Amino acid sequence: MSESKTVTLNMGPHHPATHGVLRVVLELDGETIVNATPVIGYLHRGIEKICESRTYQQILPLTDRLDYSAASANNLGYCVAVEKLLGIEVPKRAQYLRVIMAEFARIMGHHLWLGTHALDIGAMTVIFYAFRDREMIMAMNEEIAGYRLTPSFIRIGGVAYEATDDFIAKVRKFVAWFPKALEGYHQLLTDNKIWTTRTMNIGKISAEEAINHGLTGPSLRGSGVAYDVRKAFPYSSYGDFDFKIPIGENGDVYDRYLVRMEEFKQSIAIIAQAIENLPSGPVMTDNPLVASPSQPEVQTDISALIRRFMVNAKGTPVPSGELYSAVEGAKGELGFYLVGDGSEQPYRLKIRSSCFYLASALPRLLVGHMVADAIAIIGSLDVVLGEIDR
Amino acid sequence: MEKSDIINVSKNRGEKGNYVKPILKGLQFTMGNFFKKPVTIQYPDQKTVRSQRWRGLHKLNVDEKGELKCVACGLCAAVCPSQAITILAREDEGGTRHPEKFEVNELRCIFCGFCQDACPKSAISLTKIYEYVNYNREDFVFDISILKTTGEKWNS
Ligand code: SF4
Ligand code: SF4
Repeated sequence: MSESKTVTLNMGPHHPATHGVLRVVLELDGETIVNATPVIGYLHRGIEKICESRTYQQILPLTDRLDYSAASANNLGYCVAVEKLLGIEVPKRAQYLRVIMAEFARIMGHHLWLGTHALDIGAMTVIFYAFRDREMIMAMNEEIAGYRLTPSFIRIGGVAYEATDDFIAKVRKFVAWFPKALEGYHQLLTDNKIWTTRTMNIGKISAEEAINHGLTGPSLRGSGVAYDVRKAFPYSSYGDFDFKIPIGENGDVYDRYLVRMEEFKQSIAIIAQAIENLPSGPVMTDNPLVASPSQPEVQTDISALIRRFMVNAKGTPVPSGELYSAVEGAKGELGFYLVGDGSEQPYRLKIRSSCFYLASALPRLLVGHMVADAIAIIGSLDVVLGEIDR
Repeated sequence: MEKSDIINVSKNRGEKGNYVKPILKGLQFTMGNFFKKPVTIQYPDQKTVRSQRWRGLHKLNVDEKGELKCVACGLCAAVCPSQAITILAREDEGGTRHPEKFEVNELRCIFCGFCQDACPKSAISLTKIYEYVNYNREDFVFDISILKTTGEKWNS
């Protein structure tokens, strides 16, 4: 009989620091991790399969529920993909509103990451301030879309509603105020010796390895690779805005933290530019295949009424063809591979979830570290299980 | 990507060797907020105001005569992504259509608001009610009598 020296520790799926239902089976030698196996699938809802029996419009609220901490960014990714396949142009005002919503989503996602990541490592204060500010964004979501976490505001062909004056005033107020709040987060964490000791040189990954593992988003940029879909393949007017891509050097937990902290700042800069230069005009394309006619039109014009029935009940026929289109979600490159077959429902919709690649890099990142560092590393990757399991 | 588009955030990071000073700095931030008015409210005694566009429980609207506006066209049921709406139509002597049965399963509903946007008669709308409890799941399948008066039960 051989004697086993290692201990197997089951972390998750209901461990508070795995941010959802990630399960990691750790093999330990003393307190050092010698092997780690992520187990996923606890939040599988079969979204990709459901999409095959829904019209393109009906899929939209499902995309909110992928990365639910940054819902609007998913909406944007899906809509951009469908619009590309349809070959329609979105009005400028709608594009700017989309950018505002997507950047707010990124900030919301980063708020959740910052609060819980710090909480996991033992810094409890930060989450209160992060969620105080997140609440303000939620209030803005509610103002413009009617829902807080899953706004479903970005629709195929444009956005759902016109922005209210109240919303624009709130955005301006937030933009003016947020840099001060960010300063506060920095004051609490960035130079704190306990924080740096827990995060510096932990979970290091080199640029080359990060690329090989398929990492994207802040986790890739922390390793020093300047890849951001917003700059590399601009969509939804991102080319109009002046912003910078933060990168790190060391690829450790601390650098990923710094990158995200800078992204807060860049996102707020984008929102400031978008709200000040918000073009006037419609917020929905006038393509009759996509746009549902307005209520007054429907009351007076029979063809508008018929069109409303066609668009809503039957859906929009999308030409056959396939395409891959990606946007920069809060966690990385969020891609939609869409196969249309000429009908109103997609033949196949494959979602490239950035978090899946992040989670699959876990074995590489965890091995050799202490158990306590596992929490820091998982937190620094910022995985959301809604997107991994789909 | 251009060089000017990139900022290196870890350029001036270094092992800052001091425990005390950064903690005092953090405490300064905490104390700065300590005497401010709290941003939290005492739910459920206090509540925030919901926006005009809030998507809460459904309501069926009535016209001046107290009749349902709905003509049972079924568009809301067709557009619903979660198949939460069931409609059965009936025609009266004048040939006008009315809903015989109109059920919304509020547990299936994901409150996307598509039904309200699609309805050509503005017959269905979402109220601002967001807190609702029942003893049974079946009680969340709202029929016409409940949908006509949504709000009376939970707003008291
Ligand atoms: S509520 Fe509106 S959409 Fe639904 S069946 Fe009645 S009239 Fe048609
Ligand atoms: S709000 Fe959406 S999910 Fe709910 S009943 Fe209406 S269409 Fe269906």
